[in-house]
Amino acid sequence: MDKVAIVGCAQTKYEEDKIDLTYSELVFDVVKQLHNDLGISNDDVGCVITSSNDFNDGRTIANMAIQDAVGSVRKSESRVSGDGAFAFVYGAMRILSGSYDTVLVVSHCKCSEVNQYLVNNSIFDPYYQRHLGLDQISSAGLMANMYMNKYGITEEQAAKVAVKNRKYALSNPYAHLQKEISIDDVLNSKMMAHPLKELDLPPFSDGAVAMLLTNEEKAKKLTDTPVWLKGYGSCTDAYYLGHRNMTDLIALELAAKTAYKMAGVTNPLKEVDVFEVYDAFSFHELMIYESLGLCDKGEGGKFIDEHFDSQLPINKSGGVLSSNPTMANGLIRVAEIATQLMGKADKRQVDGAKLGLAHGMNGICSQGNCVLLFGGE
Amino acid sequence: MTDEIEKKVYRGRIKVPYKHTAGAYVEKFITEIGKNNKIFGVKCPKCGEISVPPKMICFKCFEKMEEWVELGNQGTITGFTVVTHSTPVMPLEPPFAYARIKLDGADTDFVHIINEGDPAKLEIGAKVEAVFKEKPRKRILDIEYFKLI
Repeated sequence: MDKVAIVGCAQTKYEEDKIDLTYSELVFDVVKQLHNDLGISNDDVGCVITSSNDFNDGRTIANMAIQDAVGSVRKSESRVSGDGAFAFVYGAMRILSGSYDTVLVVSHCKCSEVNQYLVNNSIFDPYYQRHLGLDQISSAGLMANMYMNKYGITEEQAAKVAVKNRKYALSNPYAHLQKEISIDDVLNSKMMAHPLKELDLPPFSDGAVAMLLTNEEKAKKLTDTPVWLKGYGSCTDAYYLGHRNMTDLIALELAAKTAYKMAGVTNPLKEVDVFEVYDAFSFHELMIYESLGLCDKGEGGKFIDEHFDSQLPINKSGGVLSSNPTMANGLIRVAEIATQLMGKADKRQVDGAKLGLAHGMNGICSQGNCVLLFGGE
Repeated sequence: MTDEIEKKVYRGRIKVPYKHTAGAYVEKFITEIGKNNKIFGVKCPKCGEISVPPKMICFKCFEKMEEWVELGNQGTITGFTVVTHSTPVMPLEPPFAYARIKLDGADTDFVHIINEGDPAKLEIGAKVEAVFKEKPRKRILDIEYFKLI
């Protein structure tokens, strides 16, 4: 395949309530910073792809609310109404089409502007699920309990994921939650949806992320540390929760297989140096280990037990459990992997990282999954 | 909220009523629950799997499902969570349970609520029964909840 490069990324600090900035101003901050970092102007951007959610932004075709901030007036622009990782894919395709040598990809979310339980309840179909009052926490509790029951996973094992990610967040200046927690803190935190406690779940955050994609020729002019797209796979599972297997992330497994094949990866645990995954809740990350082939089915708990004291290169950013501007989570995973492969991740840098994996997700309980593999120079 | 914060925000609210087409499947399913206290599924002509709630297409076979099958009003819990967080759209006061229930005669799981707030009293494999609303409102909540039996 032709080459698609990430040549630069910019992120805001993620926070509970960025009350002084509109979402358009947040987006402008990261886009302007990206321009400045790369020494380019808006005229150098060929095409713009954004990712956002109309319910969160409070208007339809909400991408129009940020057109000044992304510099897309009188320019080719399109939007993914979903996770930012899918916007990355759309942007990469614009490069691969040969029509554009630069594409700006941006995602933003201000969770603080609207009740996230109501937005999440609206994900469900209006006939069979919505009136039950389901949301992301109750459905995650259902999934966690079923997974736990099937494989004998313990709440302590899941708590280790939260402890690990929150500890890693201390080394990420962009992370929202910057306080170390213990296993006991997780186990003793407020019960939300059995077996999920407050600290098994992410916060809600405000923030934005932007990156510039280019073709090979342009990449060489703009940076010495381009990061190349090596593999991609996506897959969705059934929409209705009762028609889905909720103990194994089958759709993620299929997406990962496709991405690994494209990138020539046969042993991901050995070959991939750094992972950024969409950990929607603590148990979820254990399930992700299994679906990404880092361990066998049902062994996610054992995997975290074995690696808890090591420097496991999974979610060095602190993951979604530390920062959760929902729509942007997938593109943040991509930006973090790119930053790692550029060798610019400072205190959270995985030394010598050459190959990285980013995972984005749409919908409830890993319904839609996007797996991307990247290589550094 | 303090005056200082209130100064910085611009309040809004979107209130948009919908009249979604129910479609033949939702219409029959909800009507049978409300009028006759009966729960129906549909059977795939190819794989024979009986899906509940009913929908037109078997996603495994990509076939249209047209054979209606009456299911039991009882079933078995295949998964559950007890919620203790509260939101403005919950149908019961927490704590109560969300569950996947394998209704007698069905092959897929049905998602609904159970009026039990103690996780220790719930287990996978336990039997539950539908409790119907006295005055149906053409809602999935015309099954008010499931109760342990």
